[in-house]
Amino acid sequence: MPKVLMKGNEAIAEAAINAGCLHYFGYPITPQTEISEYLAKRLPKVGGVLIQAESEIAAINMVLGASAAGVRAMTSSSSPGISLKSEGISYLVGCDLPAVIVNVQRGGPGLGGIQPSQADYYQATKAYGHGDMRLIVLAPSTVQEMATLTGEAFDLADIYRTPVIILADGAIGQMMEPVDFSERKPREIPPKDWACTGHGGTRKRNIINSLMLDPEALEKSVRERFERYKKIEETEVKYERFMTDDADIICVAFGIASRICKSAVTAAREKGIKAGLLRPITLWPFPKAAIAEAANTAKAFLSVELSMGQMVDDVKLACECRRPVEFFGRTGGVLPSPAEVTAKIEAIAAQL
Amino acid sequence: MSVVFDRPSALTDTLMHYCPGCTHGIVHRLVAEAIDELGILGRAIGIAPVGCSVFAYNYFNCDMIEAAHGRAPAVATGVKRARPDCIVFTYQGDGDLAAIGTAETVHSATRGENITIIFINNCIYGMTGGQMAPTTLPGQVTTTSPYGRSPKIQGNPIRMCEMLATLDGVAYAERVSIDTPANVRRAKKAILKAFRNQIEEKGFSIVEVLSTCPTNWGLSPVEALTWLRDNMIPYYPLGVYKDIDKKEGDMK
Ligand SMILES: Cc1ncc(C[n+]2csc(CCOP(=O)(O)OP(=O)(O)O)c2C)c(N)n1
Ligand code: SF4
Repeated sequence: MPKVLMKGNEAIAEAAINAGCLHYFGYPITPQTEISEYLAKRLPKVGGVLIQAESEIAAINMVLGASAAGVRAMTSSSSPGISLKSEGISYLVGCDLPAVIVNVQRGGPGLGGIQPSQADYYQATKAYGHGDMRLIVLAPSTVQEMATLTGEAFDLADIYRTPVIILADGAIGQMMEPVDFSERKPREIPPKDWACTGHGGTRKRNIINSLMLDPEALEKSVRERFERYKKIEETEVKYERFMTDDADIICVAFGIASRICKSAVTAAREKGIKAGLLRPITLWPFPKAAIAEAANTAKAFLSVELSMGQMVDDVKLACECRRPVEFFGRTGGVLPSPAEVTAKIEAIAAQL
Repeated sequence: MSVVFDRPSALTDTLMHYCPGCTHGIVHRLVAEAIDELGILGRAIGIAPVGCSVFAYNYFNCDMIEAAHGRAPAVATGVKRARPDCIVFTYQGDGDLAAIGTAETVHSATRGENITIIFINNCIYGMTGGQMAPTTLPGQVTTTSPYGRSPKIQGNPIRMCEMLATLDGVAYAERVSIDTPANVRRAKKAILKAFRNQIEEKGFSIVEVLSTCPTNWGLSPVEALTWLRDNMIPYYPLGVYKDIDKKEGDMK
């Protein structure tokens, strides 16, 4: 398939259709509205359904219904709207239902702004819903990855029966780059024999439910889910390394921040500083082992984020206090410049 | 010997948890009989609410989904859009449908989702122990309106059928009661129609059933039926509020 030039948000939408997702439920919010606008045009032509719901709460519950009925379903939003979805996300987890939820982040808190942000990292990786739960969180950094990781998200969701989050940002959502939709091979998906499709008198009835009043039974079901999480942590971690082999200073950054870091690392190398970049692609499961291994040779880490510093906590945990972990970030929708990051790398290098 | 009273096949052989004299059980039976009579058990998908009928997923003998509080109509929308050939129904209390889930109710109605809603109005929050509901009557004592609901302080009750009847997407809205055998028969007819409408793809159908909560009303089951008749029916008049099969003048 030839490459096509597309906006990041549109790439997500087209990739969802490619993945067989014909059910989309959403509520408009900047900077992700292109996803629903694109799907509103395309879905009716491929036999799909788009409903502009009355709220993000309704949208995520429509996703829950469609997923319970055994089809691939998706919703997308941006930060304030995602907060409203957190009830539904927790119920999806409690019901062991697959779903893909896209957050094209903007600055907060509150109504905040509409410029790119990564300030929902804590929320996405630790607190997208109440209760003992985890979610797979994928962080694309190119328009190509917006497409590839969307396909991957649907497969992961079905394989592990869990909601999967695509944590993007307004910059990648809006930028245009070439995309090849045939780049990814779909995985094998287990049959959805648990789905509510009408039993037709031919099988036992299926019940999709998250209520469990007996503490022992609830604990057992949570433990079973955590066994699945363990498998995800063992097999699904994804990250990219850029010039890390001999690096003294390793930047850790995801999404749009990782692109800025690549320029900064290259500039630092030109100045004779051995810098590198480790880019988590899965924010959960977090590439802990890769960071721990890098800490064997690197002298310091620098977490670069579009926030006041959130992922930096996970980098510190992964380093287990063996190396200093510094932070640099801009927030509120401000993009750090490569020069600012290079200056920070230089400052760290001066202290080594 | 012929069997005169048998369990509908749309009900499982499970002991229901409802309090003695609670009318939830009667309405379950009416829904199950309607499903049986229409022969739709194999393609029925029910959505249980959060409220006393949360365990409805254990009682109806079809595929069942347990929704978050108030979200059943949104879940039903997702199911129906994914499986248009299935018969999708929700079973919801007044707190679920007319307070926390009002937006989901109104918008699934105005979209004309081809689903069936069974709405149990018992003027109270049963499951959480008798707090004020959106449908609690003026003057009615509940644990959170201990001096009686004052419209000045706690606001007025909401009449859902009347409100929903104004929406173009609604095919059918009827309020019934189960306080007498004759009213139970009428309720059954309404529930049948609400399901038949969905089979015939007529759109959104809701049956509001005036129901009792003897436990939280602090009355015996028989007193509760009398209270319903004397207090609820005057405020919530029974009748058909919308029926796209009928002309306006034929209503009620
Ligand atoms: C989000 C949320 N808020 C509150 C509750 C607590 N809660 C459970 S049932 C209920 C009220 C149910 O009342 P109603 O819908 O009238 O049904 P009934 O129990 O009377 O049949 C409430 C408030 C909850 N489970 N979830
Ligand atoms: S609390 Fe009220 S509504 Fe709930 S089961 Fe008991 S009588 Fe019925």
